[in-house]
Amino acid sequence: MQTTITVNGQARALDIDPRTTLLDALREHLRLTGSKKGCDHGQCGACTVLVNGVRINSCLSLAVMHDGDQVTTIEGVGTPEALHPVQTAFLTQDAYQCGYCTPGQICSTLGLLRELEAGVPSQETPAGARPVLSDAEIRERMSGNICRCSAYPQIVAAIRDAAGSMA
Amino acid sequence: MSSVHDWTPTNPVKENRSGLIGKPVDRYEGPLKVTGTAPYAYEVQTPSPPAYGVMVGATIATGRITGVDIAEAEATAGVLIVWTHLNAPTQAPRGTKVHPRSSAGSKPALENDRVTYFGQPVALVVGETLEAATAGAHRVKLTYAEDHPDVDFRARLDAAVSPVGEEDVEIGNFARGFTESPVQLDQTWHTPIQNHCQMEPCASTVWFEGGKCVAHTSVQMVKPAQHGLAETIGIPRDDVHLMTRYIGGGFGGKGQTYDDLVLAALAARALGRPVKVAFTRQQMMHGTIHRPATVMRVRLGAEKDGRLNAMSMMTWTHCHRDGNFTEHASNFSRALYAAPNRLTGHRLVKLDLPGAGPMRAPGEASGTLSLECAMDELAEQLGLDPVELRIRNEPPTDPENGRPFSMRQLVRCLREGAQMFGWDRRLPTPGLVRDGRWLVGMGMAAAIRGNFLLPAKCSFTVDADGVITVKQGMTDIGTGTYTVLAQIAAETLGVPLGQVRVEIGDSELPPAPGSGGQFGAATAGSAALAAGQNLRTAIAELATGDEASPLFGGRPVDVTFQDGLVAIGNRSEALAELIRRAAPEGLTVEGEIRPAADAREWSQQTYGAHYCEVGVDPVTGEVRVRRMLGVFAAGRILNAKTARSQLTGGMIWGVGSALTEGNAVDPRYGSLINQDLAQYLVPVQADIGDLEAIMLDEVDDKANPMGVKGVGELGNSGAGAAVANAIYNACGVRVRDYPITPDKLLAGLIARGL
Ligand code: FES
Ligand code: FES
Repeated sequence: MQTTITVNGQARALDIDPRTTLLDALREHLRLTGSKKGCDHGQCGACTVLVNGVRINSCLSLAVMHDGDQVTTIEGVGTPEALHPVQTAFLTQDAYQCGYCTPGQICSTLGLLRELEAGVPSQETPAGARPVLSDAEIRERMSGNICRCSAYPQIVAAIRDAAGSMA
Repeated sequence: MSSVHDWTPTNPVKENRSGLIGKPVDRYEGPLKVTGTAPYAYEVQTPSPPAYGVMVGATIATGRITGVDIAEAEATAGVLIVWTHLNAPTQAPRGTKVHPRSSAGSKPALENDRVTYFGQPVALVVGETLEAATAGAHRVKLTYAEDHPDVDFRARLDAAVSPVGEEDVEIGNFARGFTESPVQLDQTWHTPIQNHCQMEPCASTVWFEGGKCVAHTSVQMVKPAQHGLAETIGIPRDDVHLMTRYIGGGFGGKGQTYDDLVLAALAARALGRPVKVAFTRQQMMHGTIHRPATVMRVRLGAEKDGRLNAMSMMTWTHCHRDGNFTEHASNFSRALYAAPNRLTGHRLVKLDLPGAGPMRAPGEASGTLSLECAMDELAEQLGLDPVELRIRNEPPTDPENGRPFSMRQLVRCLREGAQMFGWDRRLPTPGLVRDGRWLVGMGMAAAIRGNFLLPAKCSFTVDADGVITVKQGMTDIGTGTYTVLAQIAAETLGVPLGQVRVEIGDSELPPAPGSGGQFGAATAGSAALAAGQNLRTAIAELATGDEASPLFGGRPVDVTFQDGLVAIGNRSEALAELIRRAAPEGLTVEGEIRPAADAREWSQQTYGAHYCEVGVDPVTGEVRVRRMLGVFAAGRILNAKTARSQLTGGMIWGVGSALTEGNAVDPRYGSLINQDLAQYLVPVQADIGDLEAIMLDEVDDKANPMGVKGVGELGNSGAGAAVANAIYNACGVRVRDYPITPDKLLAGLIARGL
């Protein structure tokens, strides 16, 4: 099937098997292997990308459903030579070990920061209040991103750092 | 014969002139990992478009495959290969070692019609795309003659026997010591099957180049993977170039290879093109090893003042029908507390379950979940503080063999941890502290894990730009290997970190044992130090023998290395300049470390103390970890940042083992019930409160030339027990059957009228 997805600002025309997930389209067809496959079932968050600015699990979505969408993957966030502030914060706080969950954590962080900016509440947000960047908010909102190396405290520290440096 | 005394002289790591050793520098490969540009095994660029392999798992635990129908699978669009045991390429019989020094024998896939565990790979489908292969895999039709699986561990304890070649260890007379003790404790704990759940499922990408097999896989030990693959597919070992550069978590589960590697290689050979095969998350649960369940009986006999007279820890556990792995959950107790009368041992029952094997802190992780809770219970019986009980049983020498400890700072960990955590605010009577709807309690536990050094090699090269390249067949599974090797190289040669390159995870590099048993940094690092010292000697000789060098005529031993310069006193020149002029092709040397022959004359361990505060909701039985502190003594720390991450990671594993992790067995099918990350619950961000790990200053000069020990497993040891003890202190309910889930707690809470 023909589909065109804008990935990291570039329109990419694909002729793709309709069974292909967005994650496999990115990894196997566009060779953007920064998005990881940890479960293929929406249970781990390793495949998190931003679609039109909103974070999703790309393994739970078919590529052909994203015709015309703007997709941002970790490759579109920064490069080793020019890191995004969130990437720098993950590096300096050691918010990863094996690194396999990391692109998902970073994309998820970008989604989280936008949600807070937009005032989207979570279970940790007091009723009627605007959410603030508390540790409890971060922990709640990042719980869809499993890190088996368990860099959780470092991830919270990195997100705080990044939010500070981006403010 | 080598001796630990050979390690006494000073060396660049001990001198630490640039201050790089111990420094919390960022990870060497970090920029690649945070940008998603580090290629893991399934992601390496292949020389031509790859084909995709999907494995099919058996749906019985034990029996035979009686019928195979692959017609529909083969007719599926895009399918290139469908293999079962009937048509898979011939492989060397299991265990074959054509080369007598191979570190692993043949491990054929799709070997025969016999099924010995649920989920065992029984077919491979290769397709042009992953979608085609997956569709084909769904159409493979197998019929089985199923035997009744023998998988109910707790029902089979009577059948357990001593593991081959092992005997119980008794010191003194345990039975008499126990009977004569005025205070006694005799309790049994249960731990479930646990799974590693590395975020990266096992995967391999393989192609052939000329006659050579190029294999990228995700494995903790390079050489056995290379040798095992060569033996299985019947080619010389040197014709397999195996690489494992980035590994998405190992934790012991990738200490061996699985069928993905052999099947990818066979298919790549058959198709003449690259083939990638990965486990699905569901396949990982059965198809790779797990930590087996245990039943642990702990008996403690004490005097009224808390001194132990008698201590026994007996562990029952299980392994695969054809295996012999034993979860040595009792072993650590042999070195932990003083008691004149001691009895420890293991019993093993073989079952039709998937393979049992090592998982982070094998032995200690399960074992501390019983003994360290038993100590808590005993302290309560005695009316003693649990920290004080442990201090009263601190042995002057190893309680089993009388050997001196190389270094033991357990008491310091206990005391400093208690102070930092505010342990004095704990009320010994459970159930008295409330915070809103939460009952709040504190618990603690000791941590211990052995220390090892294995043989390893490493090479160092300096080139005409003054860049140092470290090469070693070592792995980094998230532990920080890349980074600590770079630190050792930079410190040893006196160059900035940015002037060091590290190449690891490759079978063509000088061999190292890999990552496991928390021996990695000490072993790989000591070999690197040796290589660095040899390179210093070579450079010093070059400089002092080169008429054009300001160092000419000096004594090589007087040459110092700092700030990118080689110097004798105030005569110096840039390292790069010297090499460019005197050795423009560069210099390469090797170094090597071997365990000292007398190292075992000391009892070598790493130690720690965990403190934990939890909240228990008396209505729902929900447990929340509010804060947790670990204080550790593990030799010299090479990198304060990556070591801390290892320790906090291990502590969080302890939280998982205490509260959520467990794989129930379905006795009808011999399968594990929780087959994915939605059902097997590893800790997530919201499960973890404030958590900190502190490392005490320590140098263990009996461990290796650097005085470092491991931290990867230590953090896990005892952490779960601290959580369990905190739960008891919060609400007065002891659950001795892990994980401590709300349903189990609720029964106790209701019984207590809470
Ligand atoms: S791979 Fe998509 S959530 Fe795990
Ligand atoms: S860094 Fe290994 S899983 Fe998160």
